[in-house]
Amino acid sequence: MRNFIILIFILITSSLSANEWEDKKVFSNGKNTNSLSILSSTDTSFFAPIIKSFLDKYPDIKIEYFVTGTASLDEIFRKSPEKYDIIISSAMDLQLKLVNDGYAKKINQIDHPNWAKWRQSLFAFTIEPAAIVLNKKAFKNIAIPKTRQDLIKELRSRSTFFRNKIGTYDVRKSGLGYLFATQDARTSETFWRLMEVMGGLGTKLYCCSGDMIDDLVSGKIAVAYNVLGSYAEARKKKSDEIEIILPADFPTNMMRTALVSNSSSRVKTSETFIRHLLNTQTEKNNDKTHSLPPLFLKPGQQTIILEPALMTYLDKLKRKTFIKEWERAIIQ
Amino acid sequence: MTSELKVSGSLQNRLMFTLISGAAVLGIILFFIVRGYAAQIAQNGQDDILEASLSSILDAVVIQDGSVEVDFPYASLSMLDTELDDRVFYSIYNDGILISGYEDLPLPEKINTEISIFNTIKYKDTNARIASAKRILIGEKERITISVSIAQTQDALSRTLNRISKNVALFGSGFFILVTLLSYWATATTISPLMRLASSVTKRGPQDLSPFEKKVPSEMYPLVTSLNKLMTRLDLSLKQSEDFIAEAAHRVRTPLATVRSYADATLQRVTKKENRDALRSMVRAIDEASRAASQLLDHAMITFRSDNLQKEPINLNDLVQNLIDNLAPIAEMKDIELKFKQEDKIELFGDFILIQNAIRNLIDNALKYSPYEGIITVSIGTSPISFLEIHDQGPGFPPKDLDNLTMRFTRGQNSNGIVGSGLGLTIAKDVANAHGAKLQLSNHEKGGACVTLLF
Ligand SMILES: Nc1ncnc2c1ncn2[C@@H]1O[C@H](COP(=O)(O)OP(=O)(O)O)[C@@H](O)[C@H]1O
Repeated sequence: MRNFIILIFILITSSLSANEWEDKKVFSNGKNTNSLSILSSTDTSFFAPIIKSFLDKYPDIKIEYFVTGTASLDEIFRKSPEKYDIIISSAMDLQLKLVNDGYAKKINQIDHPNWAKWRQSLFAFTIEPAAIVLNKKAFKNIAIPKTRQDLIKELRSRSTFFRNKIGTYDVRKSGLGYLFATQDARTSETFWRLMEVMGGLGTKLYCCSGDMIDDLVSGKIAVAYNVLGSYAEARKKKSDEIEIILPADFPTNMMRTALVSNSSSRVKTSETFIRHLLNTQTEKNNDKTHSLPPLFLKPGQQTIILEPALMTYLDKLKRKTFIKEWERAIIQ
Repeated sequence: MTSELKVSGSLQNRLMFTLISGAAVLGIILFFIVRGYAAQIAQNGQDDILEASLSSILDAVVIQDGSVEVDFPYASLSMLDTELDDRVFYSIYNDGILISGYEDLPLPEKINTEISIFNTIKYKDTNARIASAKRILIGEKERITISVSIAQTQDALSRTLNRISKNVALFGSGFFILVTLLSYWATATTISPLMRLASSVTKRGPQDLSPFEKKVPSEMYPLVTSLNKLMTRLDLSLKQSEDFIAEAAHRVRTPLATVRSYADATLQRVTKKENRDALRSMVRAIDEASRAASQLLDHAMITFRSDNLQKEPINLNDLVQNLIDNLAPIAEMKDIELKFKQEDKIELFGDFILIQNAIRNLIDNALKYSPYEGIITVSIGTSPISFLEIHDQGPGFPPKDLDNLTMRFTRGQNSNGIVGSGLGLTIAKDVANAHGAKLQLSNHEKGGACVTLLF
C-alpha cells in the first residue's frame, strides 16, 4: 500500500516536472541574489515589459516566467503551491477560489481600490473586455453586427456562408472561456440562443484566444465570439485584417488578477513585484502605452465583480449542469 | 492637656471611594452586557444571511432523470459578500455522500428539515460560522436526503464587534469620569456643613462658649447638640469658679482691712522698738495680701466683663492724665518723676473701667520696678498707629521670661522683694485682647522696661 502511494507520488512529481509549458522564460541581468517565479496565463509578450521595467529598478533579481492556460494553471498551482511565488491569471473565478481556499498571502501594505481587490490578497491590474472579432474580408458586403442579437440575425440569414466559419472558446478546456460563458449566461438568455445558432453552424472550439485570432487573420474562420479584446487589439495593430466589436447589449469585462502564494518563501520580493505591477497599471499620466490594458474604470463601465459568488459556477454540480447544457447547444 | 488626636481615614475619601468603585463596577458590567447584546445582534445578522443562502441552495435541488441536480443561483453566494471579503465554504451531501463543495467542512450529525442549525467552528485556521439544514426529496423510486452546510468566516463581524466594543468602552469611560466628578461634587457638598462647623469652632475666641445656633443637617444634629451641652456646662463651671474666686477675694479683703486698721492703731501705742518692727512687717504683709486680693478681684471682673463689654467713647489722654494725678503721691514717695508726653489725642470706643484698670496696672508696675529718683515716661501717639507707651528706668524685663510674663501668676526673676502677685500684666493683656488691641513688652536700648499698647 505504502509503496503504491510513493509510486503515485513519483508519478505526480515526474508528470509535473514534465509540464508542457506554453512558454517559459527567464529574465535576468546576470547578477542574481534573489529570484522570483511567476506562474501566469498571460502571454510573455504582453507581460515582458512589466518584468523588464521591474528589473530596471531591482537589477539583482532573477525572474522565471511560466505560461500556461488558466485551467491547468489552477491545477498546477494547487498541486505545488510552494514552487511559485506569484500567480497571475485572467480566470477571476479560479483566482478568487484560490484565495478563498487559503492559497494566497495577505499583503496589508498595499493600497488599492476596494473593487479591484479581494481580501487584500487578490489584486486586479487590468480591465479587459470580451469581444466579438470579425474577419474584415468576410464581412465586406455584410453589415457589421453591433450586438449579440445582430450577430444571431446575421448568422441565421447567411447560414451557408458561415457554416464552419465560427469560433469560440472550448469552455471545458479554458478557464477564461468558462468565466466569459457563465457570466454571459447569467446576464442574458441571448447567450443560449447564440450558442444554439453557433452550434447549428458547426462552431470550431479553441483553447486560447491566440489560436482563435490566428485563424481569424488567416480567414479560416470569419467570426470569433468572446475573444479577449486586448489580444485582438494587439494583433490588429500588426495586421488590419480584423474588426473588434464590443457588444452594445451587454459588455463583459474581465480583470486580470495577481496573488502571492501563501507558501512562497520570497514574500518580500513578491510584494515588491506586486506593488510595481499595480503601480505600472494604475499610472495615469503615462506617455508610453501600456503593454496590457490599464486598470481604469471608464464611466459607466462595469466589470465582473470580485465576490464569493464567482465560485458559483465552479461548483461541481453547477459546472456539470452548465457544461451539459453548453454541449447540448454547441455540439449538435 | 491637649493629647494628639488620631486620624483614621477621611469621610469624604471613603464616600468618594464607595461611589467611584460602584461606578467602575457598574461601568464594567454595562460594558459586558452591551457588548454581549451587540455580539448577539451581529451574530443574528450573519445567521440570517447564512440561512437565506442555505435555503436558496436547498430550494435549487431537483431530481432530473433520476439524478440529483443542484442548480443554485448566483445570489446564493453573492449575498454572502461582506465589506471585509469574508471567505465562504459549503458542502452538499446526498444521503451522507459528498456530491459537491468542501469535503472537510464538518457536517453536524443531527440536522433538521425545517430549522437550520448554527455553530461556530474552527475551519482552515480561522473562526467560521456554519449553518446546516437538510431537505428530503421523493423521487420516482426512492427517497433521498440532501444536506447542505454553508460557512462564512467572521472578519467583518469581528470588526463590527471591535468597533462596538471601542465605542462602548469609550462611552463607559466617559460615564465613569462623569460619575467621578459628580461624586467629588456630591461628597464635597455633603461634607461642607461639617467643615463649616469645624471652622466656626476654630474661629471662636477663647472666651466664647455660647451655643451654636446656625441650622445644621439632621445627621449632625446629635453632634452639635452634645457640643452645645458640653459648652454650656463648661461655661457654667468656668463662671462658677470665677465667682468663687471673686467671692473668696472679697471675703478676705474686708477682714484684712479690719486687721490692718487694728495693726495701725496698735503701732501708735507700742513704743518698744522690736514690737514696732514686728508690727510694721505685719502691716506690710497685710498690704501685700490685700493687694493680691484686689488684683484677683480685678482679674475676675475683667474675665466677666470682657464677655459683655460696656463700650463708650473714651478720651485716652484725659484717662491717663487722671491716673497720673492719682498715682503722683506714690511716685513722690520714691522721688520718681512721672512724665506725660502727648503727641496726639486718642479717642477710643471701649470699656472705660477695664482700660483704666489695665493702664493703672502698667504704671503701677513701672513705679514698682523703677529705682529711686527715676523717670517714668508715658507717651501717647498715633504714628504709625495709635499707641500708648510706658517707659521706665528700672532693670527691664528679664529677657528669658519675656514670653511668659503675661501668663497668670507668672512673675519674673527680677521680682524678688517686690510686692506683686503676677496678675498685673495678665489683666493688661486680657483687656487689650477684649478690645482687639495688642500688648507689647520690650526693653529699651538704654535700659528700662517698655510696655506698649497698640490700638
Ligand atoms: N516695669 C517693669 N520692669 C521690670 N520688670 C517688670 C516690669 N513690669 C513687670 N515686670 C516683670 O513682669 C512680672 C509680671 O508682672 P506682673 O504681672 O505685673 O506681676 P507682679 O508685678 O505682681 O509681679 C514681674 O514679676 C516682673 O518680673
